[in-house]
Amino acid sequence: MKKMGFILASTASLMMAGAAYATDVKIGVLNDRSGIYADIAGEGSVIAAQMAVEDFKATDKGINVSIVSADHQNKPDVGSNIARQWYDTENVDVIADVPTSSVALAVNEITKEKNKIFLASGPASSDITGKACSPNTVHWTYDTWALANGTGSAMVAQGGDTWFFVTADYAFGHALERDTSAVVEASGGKVLGAVRHPFPGQDFSSFLLQAQGSGAKVVGLANAGGDTINAVKQASEFGITQGGQALAALLMFINDVHALGLDVAQGLVLTSAFYWDMNDQTREFSARFQERNSGQKPSMIEAGVYASVLHYLKAVEAVGDKDAAKVMAKMKEMPTEDPLFGKGTIRADGRKLHDMYLFRVKKPDQSKGPWDYFETVATIPADKAFRPLADGGCPLVK
Amino acid sequence: MFELLGIPPQVLFGQLLLGLINGSFYAVLSLGLAVIFGLLNIINFTHGAQYMLGAFGAWMLLNYLGVGYWWAVFIVPPIVGVTGIVLERVLIRRLYHLDHLYGLLLTFGLALIIVGFFRQFFGVSGLPYPPPPLLTGGHNLGFMYLPNSRAWVIVASLVVCLATWFIIEKTRLGAYLRAATENPTMVGAFGINVPLLVTLTYGFGVALAGFAGVLAAPIYAVNPNMGADLIIVVFAVVVIGGMGSILGSILTGFGLGLIEGLTRVFYPEGSAVVIFVIMALVLLVKPAGLFGRSV
Repeated sequence: MKKMGFILASTASLMMAGAAYATDVKIGVLNDRSGIYADIAGEGSVIAAQMAVEDFKATDKGINVSIVSADHQNKPDVGSNIARQWYDTENVDVIADVPTSSVALAVNEITKEKNKIFLASGPASSDITGKACSPNTVHWTYDTWALANGTGSAMVAQGGDTWFFVTADYAFGHALERDTSAVVEASGGKVLGAVRHPFPGQDFSSFLLQAQGSGAKVVGLANAGGDTINAVKQASEFGITQGGQALAALLMFINDVHALGLDVAQGLVLTSAFYWDMNDQTREFSARFQERNSGQKPSMIEAGVYASVLHYLKAVEAVGDKDAAKVMAKMKEMPTEDPLFGKGTIRADGRKLHDMYLFRVKKPDQSKGPWDYFETVATIPADKAFRPLADGGCPLVK
Repeated sequence: MFELLGIPPQVLFGQLLLGLINGSFYAVLSLGLAVIFGLLNIINFTHGAQYMLGAFGAWMLLNYLGVGYWWAVFIVPPIVGVTGIVLERVLIRRLYHLDHLYGLLLTFGLALIIVGFFRQFFGVSGLPYPPPPLLTGGHNLGFMYLPNSRAWVIVASLVVCLATWFIIEKTRLGAYLRAATENPTMVGAFGINVPLLVTLTYGFGVALAGFAGVLAAPIYAVNPNMGADLIIVVFAVVVIGGMGSILGSILTGFGLGLIEGLTRVFYPEGSAVVIFVIMALVLLVKPAGLFGRSV
């Protein structure tokens, strides 16, 4: 009997191993690899995904992961074509990253239609878990509501109760302006006006002059990446801050601060989900990442790609299968835990919940060297950092 | 106080001035393109990359050698010009007897390679270039705050544009150049070294792009893509002005800067396309451009 039990157990374990080895997973990292977002989420996101696969020791656990990547050039049509091709002919199971909300909203739809999985780390629009929410999408790192809630509230609390927006003219800019306006007005502030600039832009002087002329106390930059860099640089040139107006860079990445230099960027308040210098685990990851990403520290988007791929692989391991519905259910059921974002959860609408942080850019004499840029102003707890489930208008939660 | 379509005059003057400043970049860049096209018949798609080289040249001088902005204004354009001369001697020269398209493809390919190379080493976020002390700060003109760096851009580019126009249209050297484009064989028969003249012209056109790049360094992010974003607009400027027309490219450069500036006030969303709309209209009415001679 004992012998029989042993044979049964070993057969079962063999069968389990056999089934597990059948899991081949293909991850497509889709982002901007050459344009204005390539430094915050280009090759770095691919490296982050690879590191997640390595750190998870996927092969030892019977999951064969291959990673492909492509450049969507920040164009929804290009991104849609790649996503369709990946799903239809190249057997891609999951698309990760996808900065540029207009592209991400398109990929979100295609992923739902093809019943695959979308791990959105790059895009910002809060519509991804709002009216456009999908059972196949996890929105991992941040969104426009969280940015507005962090930076917007902080600026109003400092007395910045009248706003003028300089907004990138596409889905992301519109969402960020809308969500920040709501925060400003809810806190008793007033929005005096907004100007929409072509995306991507180079010269922001006209728009900044209009912002200056509005007399608003806060000039809100609802743009990102290269656009924010140029706008902040030119705002300093045109004496916006010297004239008493405060600048609110509503979405700012550490790479942007690096490009601007602390002389120009000092004092800016920003909301972020991640900073490399928060604890031993983030420092350890960031040092390894920096070595592989030509000396650049990870942005919060790249950190989000790492963490979301890690969580996905855990779910695949737990399910023992890569079926999209089962894996999505598992991802939402299991609490998340990773070295970069700590503990968290994924909500029914696809929103990943974790703490957000309000940082201030250090003065040049406070910084110990390159990449030592942020000081923590406040931690926004996970349950306060993101839009309440009921307010998003997501059809999945009705 | 009068208002024009709901816009107070101060705002309008400010925007017109900004339009002129942007127009300065268009003018210097399209001037270089026009000189090269007029004299070499090459559509120089590398121009945007060479503009970027100018900005990076200034950045490298400052960060590797500690050489400041004012020296860079004089040192960088000739260096960028020399890189152009090398390209012309080694590659572009071989295409003169072929169709325009070959030159276009070659220079476009070169631009992609140069930009890709810089992107690999410096990333796309750009690098900070602090303006020199003289260019920080600015003056309040009553209707707007004009930073010194922008005022300098207008002055410098006007001087360079007028000097170029003067050399080509009013001096003996310019006369040789113009003659060499009309009939290179005949000019060569008079004992003038036409290939050398052509090489130097290309170098000069490229140096103009490098100069614009140095002007841009303290204002825009020094970034490998900076030229690619601008070059398409500048080509439209050259087409509107008339391919190869020196004065045409200067005037259209400033003029389109103004129109773009006004669009940014009245309909900001359209400011990225207004120049191309004008290009389409001009091509319908005057296919050779506003100042071009029809062939």
